Amino acid sequence: MSAQPILQVQNMTKAFGGILALSRVSFDLHQGEILGIIGPNGSGKTTLVNCITGFINLTAGKVFFRGKNITGKAAHKIADMGITRTFQIMRPYYSLPAYKNLVIPLFSPRAKRTGGWRGGGKLGDRNTVSIDILEEMGFERESYVPYKMASTLPTGYLKRLELARCLSLKPEIILCDEVFSGLSMSEIASMVPLIERLQMDGITLIMIEHRLRELFRVANRVMVMNFGEKLIEGTPEEVMADEKVKEAYFGSEKVEEVTGYA
Amino acid sequence: MKANHEQRRKERLDRGIKVRSDGIYALMSWRELCYLFFPRLVLIVGMLILPLLVPIYWQKVVSYVCIYALLTLSFDFLAHFVGLVSLGGAFFIGTGGYIAAILNTSFGLPPLLTIPVATILGAFICTLLLIPCLPLRGVYFAIVTLMYPLLLTRVIEALAIFGGTDGIVGVTSFTNHYFIIIMLLFFLFGLRRLVNQDLGLVLRAVKDNDQAVRASGISITYYKTIAVFIASAMGCLGGAYLAHIFGWAGLSSFGLDFSILPIAATVIGGAGTLVGPVLGAFILVPLNEWLRDFGTFRILLYALILLAFIIFRSEGIMVYGQRKYHQFEKWVKV
Repeated sequence: MSAQPILQVQNMTKAFGGILALSRVSFDLHQGEILGIIGPNGSGKTTLVNCITGFINLTAGKVFFRGKNITGKAAHKIADMGITRTFQIMRPYYSLPAYKNLVIPLFSPRAKRTGGWRGGGKLGDRNTVSIDILEEMGFERESYVPYKMASTLPTGYLKRLELARCLSLKPEIILCDEVFSGLSMSEIASMVPLIERLQMDGITLIMIEHRLRELFRVANRVMVMNFGEKLIEGTPEEVMADEKVKEAYFGSEKVEEVTGYA
Repeated sequence: MKANHEQRRKERLDRGIKVRSDGIYALMSWRELCYLFFPRLVLIVGMLILPLLVPIYWQKVVSYVCIYALLTLSFDFLAHFVGLVSLGGAFFIGTGGYIAAILNTSFGLPPLLTIPVATILGAFICTLLLIPCLPLRGVYFAIVTLMYPLLLTRVIEALAIFGGTDGIVGVTSFTNHYFIIIMLLFFLFGLRRLVNQDLGLVLRAVKDNDQAVRASGISITYYKTIAVFIASAMGCLGGAYLAHIFGWAGLSSFGLDFSILPIAATVIGGAGTLVGPVLGAFILVPLNEWLRDFGTFRILLYALILLAFIIFRSEGIMVYGQRKYHQFEKWVKV
């Protein structure tokens, strides 16, 4: 891992009126790693993603991307730098076919600057490039799936479409907001290799998850949040061993039963 | 359902000819060629020979219809392809009209120069004034577009600028039906093409889901600005031409008719089809003229017609027509 973290979050605080959704959360993200963020419902995980990507403004604190302060920048400017996100509630363009969904990110200034996916533009028009990206994300090229309306796609494909939208921007960081939730076991099983591929391609990931077993398989480090505060940060094993985490996250339940981790 | 309680449903099948696949026309026969081009030819030829067919009085109506059709087109484009409900018809017409009139009377430019300049300059001014409310979502855009014409009339009245309540008189008269018909066809087919280009897809995506567009690294305000510029250019073109037809530009250029009729025409013609709203304008505006004999009673008839459309054909004429043209329908037993 390189010396300078790719993303630094310092004392991030977000208050919605009197409710403190995030309270002095700080962490570093290193190039090429997968950071898992877990925590009970309402612990501020999605707010964290929204704050980093500029979808909501933070009350206090700073975010640095490669040492550059990006706090308070507009959402599209942050995405333009290569910090992309998926949405927990998938947000495809329902009235467009799946492959046309990717024409929009491929039309963005960043995609134009980086020449589209693997030099795109020269590889073909945006439709061709988008089919290529969809294939990488597990849409069968020869089938009719990439051509189906997004409104008719099942959840599994919509999650892949979300990832594909991030990927078409040639991102440096992807913040995945619960990509495994709502999927069947077999769908999750086919998603895990995709995440591993992204890491191998050199993309840094933050993954917010409730599916701990799968998360711990891919994550290098895990951060636990509760009531908007960071509880602990460490390797999956360290985190699981921590008493505070057991208390906050699992209540009285035994950790072994939930995760299979001893 | 029949009396013998036999359940039936209507089955729809696409006609066998799938000629269009991503900009490539794969035509196999003359029949398919006709199937594809017949509706377009009817529209284009119909519009071009229209001024020759109608009596003198109605000649002028052809121009009005085209101006309203431009406004309707701009409304449909903004509402159904960019997601901005615009009540700005009056704003655009007024701005275009006043600019054309000022250029013509104060600077002595001929109509052939004032109309294009008013189109571009008017669109620029309209867009600039509307930019502040573009990042907002919801009804704000509709409210602001409705507010500007009211505001501008008061300003012109109070400050007595641009001729005050009398308006600007003595604008060179210029009436050429073919000019406005060709402009209408240009914008109609141009927009139809635009909404299926990549740029158009981005605009439609802004309507569908602006958060995802922002997450894609695209500034929604920028693309909304482009769309508003295109739409207001259409309105300003109509306004500039209208000022030259009347030989006058005044406070009634900001009349609310210009904002309301496009919505009605879109409802009748079929929202989101672009051609439908033009068709709607071609029905409503002549109807308006025709009902003039009935005095204020025409508002009632007008409302009844609209009501009937909303109740019985809420999809609009064009959506209905397209379905009939592109699909077989037959009754099958369930």
